[in-house]
Amino acid sequence: MAVTLDQTIAQKQHTFLSRMFSSQTFWVVIAVILACIFLSFATDAFATSKNLYNITRNVTFVAIVALGMTFVIITGGIDLSVGSVLCLSSMVLAVTMHAGYSIEIGILASILTALAIGAFNGVLIAYLGFPPFVVTLGMLSIARSLAMVASNNTVVFQFGPDHQKLLALGGGAWVFGIANPVLYMIILALITGFILRWTKFGRHIFAIGGNEHAATLTGVPVKQIKVAVYMISALSAGIAGIIQTGWLGAVTTNLGTGMELQVIAATVIGGANLAGGVGTAFGAIVGAALIEVIRNSLGLLGINAFWQGTFIGGAILMAVLFDRIRNFRRSD
Amino acid sequence: MAVLELTNISKHFGAIQAVNDVSLSIDPGQVVGLMGDNGAGKSTLVKMIAGNFRPSHGTMRLDDRELILHKPAEARQHGIEIVHQDLALCNNLTAAANVYLGRELRRGVGPFRILDYAAMYKRAGQLFAELKSETRPRDLVKQMSGGQRQAVAIARTMLSQAKIVLMDEPTAAISVRQVAEVLNLIRHLRDQGIAVVLISHRMPDVFDVADRVIVMRRGRKVADKKIAASSPEEVTGLITGAIEQAA
Repeated sequence: MAVTLDQTIAQKQHTFLSRMFSSQTFWVVIAVILACIFLSFATDAFATSKNLYNITRNVTFVAIVALGMTFVIITGGIDLSVGSVLCLSSMVLAVTMHAGYSIEIGILASILTALAIGAFNGVLIAYLGFPPFVVTLGMLSIARSLAMVASNNTVVFQFGPDHQKLLALGGGAWVFGIANPVLYMIILALITGFILRWTKFGRHIFAIGGNEHAATLTGVPVKQIKVAVYMISALSAGIAGIIQTGWLGAVTTNLGTGMELQVIAATVIGGANLAGGVGTAFGAIVGAALIEVIRNSLGLLGINAFWQGTFIGGAILMAVLFDRIRNFRRSD
Repeated sequence: MAVLELTNISKHFGAIQAVNDVSLSIDPGQVVGLMGDNGAGKSTLVKMIAGNFRPSHGTMRLDDRELILHKPAEARQHGIEIVHQDLALCNNLTAAANVYLGRELRRGVGPFRILDYAAMYKRAGQLFAELKSETRPRDLVKQMSGGQRQAVAIARTMLSQAKIVLMDEPTAAISVRQVAEVLNLIRHLRDQGIAVVLISHRMPDVFDVADRVIVMRRGRKVADKKIAASSPEEVTGLITGAIEQAA
């Protein structure tokens, strides 16, 4: 029977399953599940509710920042300043509350600081054409220095009249005994996923990462969107900073040092492409989870902590290796 | 009646006279081949029609109304669409997403509006069917052939009621079979009453699909005649300057 043109056009080439099997995120999920099953049998401590509570909570800080980073990476950019912005936001919150202001004002000041830094990064990158790597590298240095200036490089552990509220916000477990940071992470992941898949803004972010020139020619407001993604990235770092402050109960100026690399690793392991155009919210979470499970398991298995970096680095290379193998096959 | 009419159009950049006193008119459903060597002024001419440049002198009229363009988006609002030489496609998006890039359909109320995937797939599929192109709206552009990529770029021009489609070297750098596909796409546009301006270096393509050929040399229009009344030899001579002016 002859196939008509309409049938060809209406045909779906990829089923849900074939798309799932070809996604890097799917295989990372499998890796996480296999690792969890193995660890449950290999150690007594892994599958305890206390350990699982710890893992899920530890994942959240990297994961929340990775959600913001995903936006930037999809546009083909990079934000190296997130660790420092997290520290500065934390410090602004701590210093404001320490000075006797309420938690609302503290959070507002902290969020505004993060947004201002993101806007600064974004304007330099989008309107003045600075390379993202350089701008955010500079900001990595500036933001941490500002955090030191704001606190005079001291540890802040007294948060004024709303001290208890802040600790409850970050350290509590309000719903079904799930740690609060995990709830925030889930909510933010759902919002991120929604924006990327269902909004015009999300579509344009992918377009910029795919072909910035084409996006400009077709009337996509490229510059404004670029500023927005760096603001989102900084905002996610700010939110993570606020939650982490509440959880730790103290802020030091080395909070979030080196975090940018973990965050970028999480997004890349989860399937985002540093060249732009590819990335998902779920991938960012899964990538962060894999890193945390590796860290946790090394401890439980009694392997020297110095090996951590080797294993995490190996995971990054493995994840990208899978992607390369798929691409080789496709280009044949 | 002409859909587009240019009268005594000139454009200079400082001391350089890129386009010099060019007049021409294009009818609906007509395919016009615009030929000329590099630097002959054809890109500058097209960029004025597309709203990238403003003419230094002369007037443009669209449907007998004066046309003044400040930016490319205005040209699009007037029904002038451009297929860029590099096609301006995003490889990481689906065919439908590329067709609707910058003009995404949404559903919902007020600020709560989400992308209407179903409607975009459906309409993109209809456009590909109109173009008789085997292109699936859900496929990624990354995996497509040169001809399919052209179909995506051309379908984009059919979203709104285009009056004129300007095509910049659509047949450069694609295979022979795909060239035939692209020329068919051009014929389908013509059959719908759309005027097509085909900028090309490839003589066979212009003689295959165009009704008229306009030749530019050093900023001037040196020929504007029916394809049937010309020959590739004559056009070559006009482009190089071996023939000064068309008979």
